[in-house]
Amino acid sequence: MTLAVILKQVPDVVEELAIAPSGTDLDRDSVSYVVNEFDEHALEEALLLREATGEDVVVVGVDTTGELDQALYTALAKGAQRAVKLVGDFEGSWLSTRALAGLLAPVIRELSPRLVLTGVQAPDDLDGQLAPTLGALLDWPHTGVVVGTELADGVVRVRKELWGGIMLDLELATPAVLGIQAARATPRYVPVGRVRQAMRESTIEEVEVETPVESAPKLSRLRAPEAAGRAEMLTGSPSDVAERILEILRARGLY
Amino acid sequence: MAEHILVLAEQLEGQLTDVTLELIGVARRLAASRGSGVDALVLGDGVSSLAATVPADRTLLMEHPALRLFNPEAAQRALEAVARETSPWLVLVPNTSLGMDVAAAVATRLGWPLVAYCQAIEERDGQLVATSQLFGGKILADCPVGTDHAVLSVLAGAFSSEAAAPEPPARIERLTPPAELDALRVRATGLERPEAADVDITRAEKIVAVGRGIESKDNLELAEELAEGLGAVVAASRPLVDAGWLPRSRQVGKSGLKVKPRLYLALGISGAPEHLEGMRDAELIIAVNKDPKAPIFDVAHYGVVADLFDVAEALQERLGG
Ligand SMILES: Cc1cc2nc3c(=O)[nH]c(=O)nc-3n(C[C@H](O)[C@H](O)[C@H](O)COP(=O)(O)OP(=O)(O)OC[C@H]3O[C@@H](n4cnc5c(N)ncnc54)[C@H](O)[C@@H]3O)c2cc1C
Repeated sequence: MTLAVILKQVPDVVEELAIAPSGTDLDRDSVSYVVNEFDEHALEEALLLREATGEDVVVVGVDTTGELDQALYTALAKGAQRAVKLVGDFEGSWLSTRALAGLLAPVIRELSPRLVLTGVQAPDDLDGQLAPTLGALLDWPHTGVVVGTELADGVVRVRKELWGGIMLDLELATPAVLGIQAARATPRYVPVGRVRQAMRESTIEEVEVETPVESAPKLSRLRAPEAAGRAEMLTGSPSDVAERILEILRARGLY
Repeated sequence: MAEHILVLAEQLEGQLTDVTLELIGVARRLAASRGSGVDALVLGDGVSSLAATVPADRTLLMEHPALRLFNPEAAQRALEAVARETSPWLVLVPNTSLGMDVAAAVATRLGWPLVAYCQAIEERDGQLVATSQLFGGKILADCPVGTDHAVLSVLAGAFSSEAAAPEPPARIERLTPPAELDALRVRATGLERPEAADVDITRAEKIVAVGRGIESKDNLELAEELAEGLGAVVAASRPLVDAGWLPRSRQVGKSGLKVKPRLYLALGISGAPEHLEGMRDAELIIAVNKDPKAPIFDVAHYGVVADLFDVAEALQERLGG
């Protein structure tokens, strides 16, 4: 049996994000992509489950960037057994969650995994998170905001985080789809040499898929939030700034 | 075309969450402008007294043992059945840990569009526009909502809960649970509340909060010294807690704690929506971040675009450290 992990590349939000002239997408040429942070946690959780149960880990992704290989080879170097890439006529475009889930569902069904793990959310999932969308399409049990998993006979026991540190324990019949918030351990690091080795020694399986109709999220325009204009910026040398901060605190009786 | 609005009420152990009142408030505003009404769906087991306190025009109450603790599959089946039956114009679901399991699944099964992470829902030129917060809060997406059905998942804290005046519900209707609730593949087995912590950050007057900009566990010492000099406690964004550098009881935000100190000094925190949810109401927010576009500056009262280490050291010198 296998554990399927879905990886998605997303614009790195630490970088400056520019809006394309169309107004309905980012300027994809200036974007730098990273694997969705929560997907990295999903992969780590799957690798931890593999260590406990011996399941194979298959990483799956839809290549919307033309750069997915890097992410897949890195996952193989970290300990995944197989990598599957969905390719089609959608490079450089923004696929809605429903379009992504629609492309992934038949491939996942074919892989027939015990569990599907992906990140709890992504910075660009305007029409909702992937795990519940895919769960609904496959009609498999699903839940998100998962911070711990344990596989048992015919079920997966998960810990779901609510708020203020409150945890809910759930038991889902497998196959199930999980949206991972945080793996039980910090996602492992893999040296570049090992990634290169994976590139030499393993192959990525490719699946050609049709571009879905209505594949983009529905929106009229993107915009930067209006600067609330609240923050007064303090400028000058670090010591000038420190002095100003202390003045502000003194004026309010906070120091 | 139906014009009423259905709100999924969220409750935990018989307690309505604040976001539920926020949703009902915004739903009532939207419904009033169309002369229609608001239905609230309350799911639980033994919660009829709670249903009587929900300030909707009509409260739909569904009780079943599987709904005692939150069960994502049960909630999804229940909401889907009610949406099919009552055919509302809009379904509003809180974008919380519970709501996230339900909104996308129900929208997908009904084939209705979903706008997630809504922070505003407004009429503009006769058209309803839902605004979604994307890319870590750096970009907003305006999404037209037509007269057809739609599901909106709404961020906690985006709307005032006062708009939902505590007027008693005109009607409570008891619904028969769908048969699927007797054949679920998901079981809720327990709920665990956190143990008491050494420091209660929700009661702290001053907080020095650190984020991923602090880079390493060793650097936390700097924050601790600074906090000591200021008479503050140290809190953190989620990634530091996930890395095990600080206990869960120090986490501020959506899945952590909500704080409202007199001072919140944020060092190297980007200000993701999930973090802002826990601290935006602090009386004085001072943020230090090297990215001038960091969303934390949208809620801060004072901002410094600089290396946090330079500023922290300069402060520390003045505090006599
Ligand atoms: C369901 C859910 C619940 C969540 N709950 C929470 C929650 O409760 N609390 C929470 O915090 N997050 C929560 N998150 C995570 C949230 O989405 C963000 O990932 C997180 O808040 C980011 O933390 P950060 O700002 O420390 O890190 P980053 O976003 O990585 O930001 C680091 C910042 O530091 C700045 N920086 C780097 N180096 C320096 C330097 N030397 N000097 C100055 N600035 C520097 C960078 O410019 C950047 O802005 C949740 C996410 C989900 C999906």
